[in-house]
Amino acid sequence: MSMDIFLQHLLNGISVGSLYALIAIGYTMVYGILLLINFAHGDIFMMASYFMIFAVVDFRMPIWLALPLIILLTIVLGMLLERSAYKPLRNAPRMSIMISAIGASYLFENLATYLFTGVPKGYPDIPWLTKVVNIGSISFQIVTVIAPVLVAAILIGLMALVNHTKTGMAMRAVSKDFETARLMGIKIDRVIAATFVIGSGLAAIGSVLWGAKYSSVYPLMGVMPGLKCFVAAVFGGIGNIPGAVLGGIVLGLGETLLVAFFPGLTGYRDAFAFVVLIVMLLVRPNGLLGEKTTDKV
Amino acid sequence: MSNENILEISDLSVSYGGIQAVKEISFSVAEGEVVTLIGANGAGKSSTLRAITGLEKPSQGSIRFCGEELSGLSTDAIVEKGITLVPEGRRVFPNLTVLENLRIGAYMRRDDLTADIEWVCGLFPRLKERSWQKAGTLSGGEQQMLAIGRALMSRPSVIMMDEPSLGLAPIIVQGVFDIIKEINKQGVTILLVEQNANMALKAADRAYVMETGKITMSGSGKELLENDEIKTAYLGKAKKRA
Repeated sequence: MSMDIFLQHLLNGISVGSLYALIAIGYTMVYGILLLINFAHGDIFMMASYFMIFAVVDFRMPIWLALPLIILLTIVLGMLLERSAYKPLRNAPRMSIMISAIGASYLFENLATYLFTGVPKGYPDIPWLTKVVNIGSISFQIVTVIAPVLVAAILIGLMALVNHTKTGMAMRAVSKDFETARLMGIKIDRVIAATFVIGSGLAAIGSVLWGAKYSSVYPLMGVMPGLKCFVAAVFGGIGNIPGAVLGGIVLGLGETLLVAFFPGLTGYRDAFAFVVLIVMLLVRPNGLLGEKTTDKV
Repeated sequence: MSNENILEISDLSVSYGGIQAVKEISFSVAEGEVVTLIGANGAGKSSTLRAITGLEKPSQGSIRFCGEELSGLSTDAIVEKGITLVPEGRRVFPNLTVLENLRIGAYMRRDDLTADIEWVCGLFPRLKERSWQKAGTLSGGEQQMLAIGRALMSRPSVIMMDEPSLGLAPIIVQGVFDIIKEINKQGVTILLVEQNANMALKAADRAYVMETGKITMSGSGKELLENDEIKTAYLGKAKKRA
C-alpha cells in the first residue's frame, strides 16, 4: 500500500470517527447525568435527516435557512422525548427508564416507517460539503476535513462549558447527586433538559455531515450508527466527554483501516465495533478515560 | 431570647408507602434559636427535615416559614426563601473542588461571592488550604465543615443539620458544635437533628424528643439534660436509685 493511499484511508477514518464522536457525545452526556443509555438517540439522528429532506426538498428552503431550522427541530424533538419518556420516570427504578428508552426507539423507527415509508430517500446535496478536493493524488470531500475540525471545536467548547460555567458546575453536581443538587437550589429538570438539548443538537449536526457522506435516508438508518456510537462512548469511558470523542475516532479509524488492510474482511466492518466493545469490557470495563468509581461511605 | 417563630410546623405527617414515619407533630423554632430534635434511629427526625425542605411530600399538616406556607413548594423554591439543609452523611460533591462546592452552595445567588467565601474560609481555615482539592479527597471531618460552609453560602436565615456529628472523632465533633454556636451567634437560626443527645442538648436553647414519629417531650436544653428519663434513654446514665 502506497503512502498516498494510506493517508487517504487515514483521513477517511478520522472523518468517519468524527461523525461517531458527535453522536457518542450525546450518549455519554445523558448517561453521565441520568445513568440512562438513551437508546432513542440514534433515532433522533435519523429524524434529523428526515427534517432536512422535508426542509430542502419539500419546502424548498435554502440550506442556510434549513440548517439552523433542523437543528432547532431536532433539539425540540430531543426535549420532547425527555419530557414524555424519561421525566415521568425520574423516581422509578433504572430498569423502567431503560425500557422506556427502548420503547421510544421503536416508536420513532416505526413512526418513521409509517409516515415516510421504508423506501430510502436521498439526502439533499450540500455543495460546500460534498465538493471533492484533490491534493496530490489524495482526493476527498470537503466534509472529510470539516468533520474533525468541527468536532475539535465542539469538544473545546463543551469542556469549557462543563468545567468553567455555572451551568456546567450544576451538570457535574447533578451527575453525582440529584437530591443534594436540589438542596443547592438547582432546578435539576432544567439541567437534564440542557443535556438533551446539547445531545440532540450534536446529533442534528452529525446527521448533516453524515448525509454529505452517505446520502441514503431510511427509518432504520439510526440503528447501526446509534449502536456503534454507544460502543464508542463505552470504549472511551461512558460519562466522559473527551472519552466519547476519542472512542468515536478510534472506532472510525479502526474499522476504516481494517477494511483497507484486509479487503477480505469488508463484510465484517460493522462487527469490528462490537469486537472492540467485548475486548474493552473484558480488559478495562471503565473505558479508556473512564474513572474508577469508588464509593466512599 | 426568642421573639418570633421563624419556622412553625403543625400537625405534620410524612408517610412512605403506607408506613407513617412522622405522625402529626407540631413544633416551632424562633428566630435566633438553636433548636434540636433528638431521638433514636427511625424516630422520624430526618423525615421531618426532608419534609421541611420539600424532598418528601408531607401527607398532612403545614410548614410555615415567616408565616408563609411551604408545603407543596419545590425544593429549589424553599431553599430560595432562606432555609437550607446540611444533609445526613455530608453529601459534598466529590467530583467538584472545595471552592466549587462552596460556589454551588450559592447557586441561586447572582451577586458577588468573594466576601462570603472569605467569611466561610475564616470559619473553616482548613477549607481555604484545600480550596483546589476535589472534595472527595477530604477527610470526614473536613467534608462536614465543607457541607456546613456550603450551606452557609446561600446566606440562609434557617440552617437545618441532619446528624452533623455522625461518624466523626470526638475531638472533631466538639469542633462541629463550636461552629454551630459560632454560626448561631452570627445570627443564623439552627434546627439540629442529632443522636448525640448530650452534645445537642448542651448546644440547644430548646429541644424536642422524638420517638416513633411523635414528639414525646420538649423543654429547654438544660431541663432535658437533667430529666431522668432522658438520662437513661439517651444519655446512657443509670437511673438514680430512690
